[in-house]
Amino acid sequence: MRDAGRYEPYSYFQLMEVSLRELLVEKGIVTADAIAGAMATMRERGPERGAAMVARAWLDPAYKARMLADGSRAAGELGFEVPGLRLIVVENTSSEHNVIVCTLCSCYPRMLLGIPPEWYKSRPYRSRVVREPRKVLAEFGLRVPQKTAIRVHDSNADMRYLVLPMRPKGTAGWSEERLAGLVTRDCLIGVAVPELPKKPKSRKS
Amino acid sequence: MIERSHHDMGGLPAGKVRRDEHAYDDWQLRVDAMMMLLVGVVGGRKRMTVDELRKNIESLPPADYDRMGYYDRWVTSLTQTMIQRGVITTDELARKMAEVGKRKNGV
Amino acid sequence: MGSDPIFRPGDRVRVRQAHPLGHIRTPYYIRGHTGVVERVCGAFPNPEELAQQRDGLPAQPLYRVRFRQKDVWPGYRGSAADVIEVEIFQHWIER
Repeated sequence: MRDAGRYEPYSYFQLMEVSLRELLVEKGIVTADAIAGAMATMRERGPERGAAMVARAWLDPAYKARMLADGSRAAGELGFEVPGLRLIVVENTSSEHNVIVCTLCSCYPRMLLGIPPEWYKSRPYRSRVVREPRKVLAEFGLRVPQKTAIRVHDSNADMRYLVLPMRPKGTAGWSEERLAGLVTRDCLIGVAVPELPKKPKSRKS
Repeated sequence: MIERSHHDMGGLPAGKVRRDEHAYDDWQLRVDAMMMLLVGVVGGRKRMTVDELRKNIESLPPADYDRMGYYDRWVTSLTQTMIQRGVITTDELARKMAEVGKRKNGV
Repeated sequence: MGSDPIFRPGDRVRVRQAHPLGHIRTPYYIRGHTGVVERVCGAFPNPEELAQQRDGLPAQPLYRVRFRQKDVWPGYRGSAADVIEVEIFQHWIER
């Protein structure tokens, strides 16, 4: 298969990947087609599913209640296949802000959000966000006031988490699709909150 | 110290979070795909558990754990697991790596 | 199928202070600390056993336990209302 990688020559690990894959295919453990299919799925998967769930919850209080009670079932309602996912959705309010981490590795609701970003898997995030969440969030440009409690969720066992951010002001009458467009991956992890796009400054000639 | 595993880092001091992001190379996506297939997430016969993947990552020497990329750790762990389960042998791996290493890149 | 949970939301529970070998999903930083059960997540095969190619059965009850940050970290600088919520298997809870 063609590769869009930067390896001339192979690193030890790239060599191992090719070798492991070829052995597994030769032995009938996996097929090249199945690998290509799984790659295509994850290559394309971004936060759209999570964003769609949030937008629906903003518009439909009954859906929101169901989502907070059983996140996996709520994902299924929107047609998102999440085999084996045990999803807990945690709601931001004016008195609570939620942020997600996996201190032990990189557990993440991949089928809803895609592959997690490098920083989520990094030592600084995994070590520090549990101990000094306000400082870490400030490094992301998010200032959480003292009067708002922070709930950190360590995704350390079988559950996975999605943050339901607050709907920003100034979005009355917006369509579900337009609302979903405000919800970034970082909002769903809890290191950002949805913001209205800044109006471009008018240029005077 | 052995009583605190190197991967179990919650609360330890560390530097600033670096927010650089990059798209993954194909070889890394293939590692990701193999993991999903072998643990049975995307159907097919389950050959290992994600718990074994984690255990083998946690067993990496600390300096290697820190130095290796994310998918470097995953491919190492997947390979270790396949050897532990007897799906492949060390000798098969050695011969295959020697053979692949002789080929031109980009195949 | 698995054991029935013995703790309920609202129960005060303490995480065992133990440092065994093997694959463990109870983070080091939370061992020995006391919190409140936030919910019962269900029962899951024991990851410590799954990691060793065993089946991890019977499934063990898993809880989300809420801890006050100021109780967990000496000199915690955030709000007194800040919490951390961690998943703890029943066998890691002291009775």
